[in-house]
Amino acid sequence: MTASTTPTMRVETVPHSGGKTRRFGSRRSARPGRAAAWRRAILGALGIVLVGVAWELYKLIGPEKGFAIGDLILLPRTNDMSMPHIATMFERLAEPLTGASNSIMMWQAVVDASAFSLYVAAVGWIVGVSVGLLLALIMQRFRTAQSAVLPWIILSQTVPLIAIAPLVRRWGAQIQFGDFVWENWMSVALIASYLAFFPVSIGALQGLNSPDTNHVELFRSFGVGWWKTLFRLRVPASIPYLIPALQLAAANAVIGTIVAEVSIGLKGGIGRMVIEFAGAAGGDPGKPWAPIFGAVAIGLIAAGAVGVLALLVRRYRRGETNA
Amino acid sequence: MHNRKRMVMGAAVLATAALALTACSPPGGGGSTGGDDGSLTPVTLQLQWFAQAQFSGYYAAVDQGFYKDEGLDVTLKEGGADIVPQDALTSGEADYAISWVPKVLGSIEQGAHITNVAQIFERSATTQISFKDKNITSVEDFKGHTIGSWGYGNEWEIFAGLQKAGLTVDDITLVTQAFDMLGMLQGDIDAAQAMTYNEYAQVLESINPATGKLYQPDEINVVDYNKVGVGMLQDSIWADADRLANDPKYEETTVKFLKASIKGWVFAMNNPQKAADIVTAAGSTLGTSHQLWMANEVNKLIWPSTHGIGYIDEDAWNRTVQIALGTKNETGATIISKDPPADAHTNKYIQKALDELKAEGVDVMGASFQPITVTLKEGGK
Repeated sequence: MTASTTPTMRVETVPHSGGKTRRFGSRRSARPGRAAAWRRAILGALGIVLVGVAWELYKLIGPEKGFAIGDLILLPRTNDMSMPHIATMFERLAEPLTGASNSIMMWQAVVDASAFSLYVAAVGWIVGVSVGLLLALIMQRFRTAQSAVLPWIILSQTVPLIAIAPLVRRWGAQIQFGDFVWENWMSVALIASYLAFFPVSIGALQGLNSPDTNHVELFRSFGVGWWKTLFRLRVPASIPYLIPALQLAAANAVIGTIVAEVSIGLKGGIGRMVIEFAGAAGGDPGKPWAPIFGAVAIGLIAAGAVGVLALLVRRYRRGETNA
Repeated sequence: MHNRKRMVMGAAVLATAALALTACSPPGGGGSTGGDDGSLTPVTLQLQWFAQAQFSGYYAAVDQGFYKDEGLDVTLKEGGADIVPQDALTSGEADYAISWVPKVLGSIEQGAHITNVAQIFERSATTQISFKDKNITSVEDFKGHTIGSWGYGNEWEIFAGLQKAGLTVDDITLVTQAFDMLGMLQGDIDAAQAMTYNEYAQVLESINPATGKLYQPDEINVVDYNKVGVGMLQDSIWADADRLANDPKYEETTVKFLKASIKGWVFAMNNPQKAADIVTAAGSTLGTSHQLWMANEVNKLIWPSTHGIGYIDEDAWNRTVQIALGTKNETGATIISKDPPADAHTNKYIQKALDELKAEGVDVMGASFQPITVTLKEGGK
């Protein structure tokens, strides 16, 4: 240990013969064995069960009228309308959607709506990630671009979603060339991408700028061009920043999709289902909870998909940093 | 080399996925009912809300081919939480829009140039409902009570009623109501705002913990704003005033559109169950008994019609305008500050449509209309 080694400095560089640069970092843990994987799965399941137990426990012992200070309700009421039993929610999933003779089952409707929303969110995510990466590249390459664009990127996220959603739908309605017709779901995907690009552009820029100056200068001293430096040094170095950014983008895309669905009333997805079922809370308390399960499922699938993506690039993931 | 190859591969996979995803449209969804028949005039109607029996006449007209018979290819565009129908109309997204008169009057004063061409709902569906033990049978009884209101332009009849009863907003506790009726069911709201065709039914679909059975109409007091004398005009068909003035083809389309829409409403009057089923088939997820209740209650707002369905009653229009001019909300604001322009409403097109329909033998008065009895089930199922 020399005085110059700070505790935060986990990455060191060893130039190999042929100028190839590799990064080594301290591993946080040993490779998880099969037992550890099982333990994680069991702990995960236990976590879900615990939430359910906490719900039912509060329902059992919590105050019937809730707990309020003045008019401000701090703890929810425990009656069956406000907090239906978990069993009620699951029973409702197994019942028909509307009561019409040809009605599909509730769980089926929720699965359909989730698939629809997930699809729209995925399109939004891909568009958002592409735009975010492109912006990060431009900002990394041209310092002027960074000064000019970065404030706008940050400002873009302060515009309330509900304000832009109807505008996007309106502009979309005016787009038409050839056989291509802008459809409402595209407006929703666009809004999802609007939320998704932000963490990616910021995270990727930070990642692309993360290599130490001495690495960059080493490349320069060998006369390596910008593109090669980008692919050999900056992109690999950006992975630890990029993965959390992509995860954030996935979460944002899902939220953006659901909120935009509500906002412009797009049919077929979870967001619209939430609003449509909200009125049933009094007479059919299990119904409004059905789409919530769908929303949770979408979130898990989206996060899982990014997790799989992260596995593909795991060799670069040493020394993960939060974006 | 290996790294690069993998990276290029990854990029290629992503790009392919992106292409594949954008190339096809998502499963289900859509909701357009348009056809490709070139001989039909495409028409888009912007609804106020999602598909539900509130709009059964239009859905029935599509389903029964009434629009097609008039040479129109009508697409019904469902609303959403942030969709303002009159904005969709002025921006050219839709050819016609369904909206409430008081909401549109505000838009007109702010510059929207649109015209009410048919007042489909003759009566207001807004009520204030409360459980019998609260003893609220008139607006005067609101005093000292917690009164629910949705806001967003749905609240004006409450304020007009208060003003008429000599009360101010300080005499009541005004609370914002959610989409559901839990506020009333749990006792947070003494008198809740309720549409006869929707929220009133939501209460009747809930179990009364005291009896273990569904709430019954005789356990609920209803303050009907029509009877209070402050009923405002609700669902009407709005058209683009500029196009009406300059485009004879649009004028012609307007009459055809009104004729077919009225046929749809007449169908809904005679076949409430079928109308409800059509709306459910169009993608509404409301429970079956709730949907039928809505179809039946909406019929009551239209039929029997005083002057023929869609005809704008001058007295009712003037009353709505007067309330919009003279009623202050909790912030002291009124909907409008001056009279709306003369072209804010016209009976020109509806009169023509009614005349033609009468000649065809269509019952546009519904004088013999009898509502059906709908038995609501728990949760509206």
